[in-house]
Amino acid sequence: MTVLRDARERRVRTGGIELCVAELGDPSAPTVVLIHGYPDSKEVWSEVAPRLAERFHVVLYDVRGHGRSTAPRPLRGGFTLEKLTDDFLAVIDAVSPDRPVHLVGHDWGSVQAWEFVTVRRTEGRVASFTSMSGPSLDHLGLWIDKRLRRPTPRRVAQLVGQGAKSWYVYALHTPRLPELAWRGPLGTHWPRLLERAEKIPRGTYPTASLPRDAAHGAWLYRDNIRPRLRRPRRDAYAHAPVQLITPLDDAFLSETLYDDLDRWVPQLTRRTLPAKHWIPRTRPDRLAAWITEFVTSVEGGRPDASPATGKYADRFGGQLVLVTGAGSGIGRATAFAFAEAGARVVAVDRDAEAAARTAELSRLLGAPRSWAETVDVSDEQAMEKLAAKVAAEYGVVDVLVNNAGIGLGGSFFDTTPEDWKKVLDVNLWGVIHGCRLFGRQMTERGQGGHIVNTASAAAYQPSKALSAYGTSKAAVLMLSECLRAELAGQGIGVSAICPGFVNTNITSTARFAGVDAEEEKRRQKRTARLYGLRNYPPEKVADAILRAVVRNEAVVPVTPEARGARLLSRLAPGALRAIARLEPPL
Amino acid sequence: MATAVNSELSVELSGFRRVQQLAYACAEAVAARLEPGVTEREAARMQRVWLRERGVKDWFHLPFAWFGDRTAFVNFRVPLQFFPTDRRLEPGMPFILDMAPVYEGFTADIGYSGSLGINPVQDRLMADLEAHRELILREVRERRPLREIYEDVDRLMVRQGYANRHRAYPFGVIAHKVDRVRERRWSPHLFGFGTQSLKGLAADALHGHREGWSPLWSRYRFSDHPPRPGLWAVEPHLGFRGTGAKFEEILVVTDSRDPEQSAFWLDDDLPHVRRWAEEK
Repeated sequence: MTVLRDARERRVRTGGIELCVAELGDPSAPTVVLIHGYPDSKEVWSEVAPRLAERFHVVLYDVRGHGRSTAPRPLRGGFTLEKLTDDFLAVIDAVSPDRPVHLVGHDWGSVQAWEFVTVRRTEGRVASFTSMSGPSLDHLGLWIDKRLRRPTPRRVAQLVGQGAKSWYVYALHTPRLPELAWRGPLGTHWPRLLERAEKIPRGTYPTASLPRDAAHGAWLYRDNIRPRLRRPRRDAYAHAPVQLITPLDDAFLSETLYDDLDRWVPQLTRRTLPAKHWIPRTRPDRLAAWITEFVTSVEGGRPDASPATGKYADRFGGQLVLVTGAGSGIGRATAFAFAEAGARVVAVDRDAEAAARTAELSRLLGAPRSWAETVDVSDEQAMEKLAAKVAAEYGVVDVLVNNAGIGLGGSFFDTTPEDWKKVLDVNLWGVIHGCRLFGRQMTERGQGGHIVNTASAAAYQPSKALSAYGTSKAAVLMLSECLRAELAGQGIGVSAICPGFVNTNITSTARFAGVDAEEEKRRQKRTARLYGLRNYPPEKVADAILRAVVRNEAVVPVTPEARGARLLSRLAPGALRAIARLEPPL
Repeated sequence: MATAVNSELSVELSGFRRVQQLAYACAEAVAARLEPGVTEREAARMQRVWLRERGVKDWFHLPFAWFGDRTAFVNFRVPLQFFPTDRRLEPGMPFILDMAPVYEGFTADIGYSGSLGINPVQDRLMADLEAHRELILREVRERRPLREIYEDVDRLMVRQGYANRHRAYPFGVIAHKVDRVRERRWSPHLFGFGTQSLKGLAADALHGHREGWSPLWSRYRFSDHPPRPGLWAVEPHLGFRGTGAKFEEILVVTDSRDPEQSAFWLDDDLPHVRRWAEEK
């Protein structure tokens, strides 16, 4: 009946109860113990465990009273953290008596694991701990204490915010009612609630034991919350490295709970994820990758492994980012910014040498891996080949940056059909191919992602000299907006970036319609000089792109002139039309 | 006659070579003494003391020291930010020492990049500076306008993936002329620059303004002229996301018709040049 395929099951007796323990993978490999939360059973890990089992000895067990483990009699007083620690020690004595284990906990599993990693009697038995959505009750008690003692406005707001998110905790403290609800209507409707509110894909989870698990589990709260919050331990220091994974849209726990964590954890790695509470169900690939990386680096003796120093390293560490037009300008700067944040980078450009250079420097900056691909984004078949290759060799892209673009200036009547075709092929079709191919991979995986399209301030600022370019970029802007609406329900964000005048080599490669080669050269030089004097660096656009992904922004004008034009386009579109008539100073 | 001129030139050059060697020796000595916790001010003072002990009395400019992301002039807006601060050196941090002592009337202006421990990014930047040294010499020998050479250096930096950081210097110079300086008993300095040297530079600027050249080599129109004979302190400065690297040394430009003699680096026995040779 278990949804964990090929799991070896055994029963471990301890303190008058029997725990159901499942094992996957090679027992000689490092042991990773997964602990489930409330109201769950070990099956909550059914997506993550097989992914980890390729590299590790994975152990899962049903917490007492849950799943196929038996419940203590009486229930009251049977779920204290001390007893849960006994259970944990009994399990690891059975599955890994000689080697310390790597702990992974979600929700109440994480609350328990904090206890395991901070009490003396488990010292030396825990090698590392990955925590998701479950704070230490001792840390939480002190967190509340600190805010009550010195209630600054910010602290009060944090307290009220978390207090509101904890409504279910109060509810669970009422006698009998929660049990009745779980064994009755709540138990029946729970799977549908999860699907609707938490976007959990339907399947074999939750299991049939849910009403009983949830009813028993109420005692986790009743036995521990009040005593621990009233008298938190003041020496709850972690004796192993900790990786903290925080889902940013968690309905039950706020991010600020972990603000003081560095005090308790000497070796802390922070990760954030734009997802809701049940990440073991909704983001198994990402979790498996982060757990694998963390466990591997701890095993290798490097507890704070990530060399990435970038501002958003917590968010992009280990993610796969593909940037087109990465051989120069904004694309290259963006690849570097992601590399600095610890992402794996695929640098795509039609100039092989430039792409290779970007990939090489990305590694120097902190990208754990990086690759160069030589592709012309306007070439449909080449893009299809690229998408297939990336999926097969590097994985599904987490962040796609459709940045490749070319410039074209001149009168509408001087712009030949060939000119039009060229601009639209690269600027619009390149983006369409990127979104189509890599966007589909993202939706098929169903674990979120982000698409960034580089539009332009010319997308909303008309100009008599930029009809073709502006048209292509306006199309990119609208495509991004439509796609954003379509993908919103699947956790995939879409952002359009409108840089403005940025000092890149687009000026020296731009075409000018209706002039001879010599005049074109002169204009290129002149524009390059003007852009050079303006000197807005592409690095700042790259920063804006990372910020847009982190905040999931829809349209991002970057330079002051781009922002000003955006504002005018809403307040005084007539002004933009007047600007459009000006002759560019070339 | 020609030999007399040559020998006079070579005597003069050996004076410049001596002070450039002295300055690089100072950079290496100070760099070896840098350790975690040393501040930029202390590093600048160490350079000053080291050179004064060895007979330096005047400066083209007082020694600078930049640590960490200040090597790439991150967020520099006003020239005062060039002056040494209380930023402390940490393991792995890049640093740049920049000094311009005057010794026996000869001026040097050098820049020395290094890091405390290993810094792969800066190593890479230093390695990539070699191409700039070659490019500058080649194009000066071709008598290309300085402004165009500046733009070619810019393009090479962009191709390499780096940002041009010498544009942050006063007037955005990649190089400036240096000359002999009369030794005075009292030589005050103004904003870190020796007044004697400033005087020389101002005289050159006036001269050049009349004749259509400039002692400053920059991206602007005033540099739109072929290389002017004399000694140029050339300082291409690369920046790459919070890490910077530069070298600075003297390029001799003459009016000789022989390309080899028309421009050459004053001295090839310098730390960065030796390093490139070793890596090959």
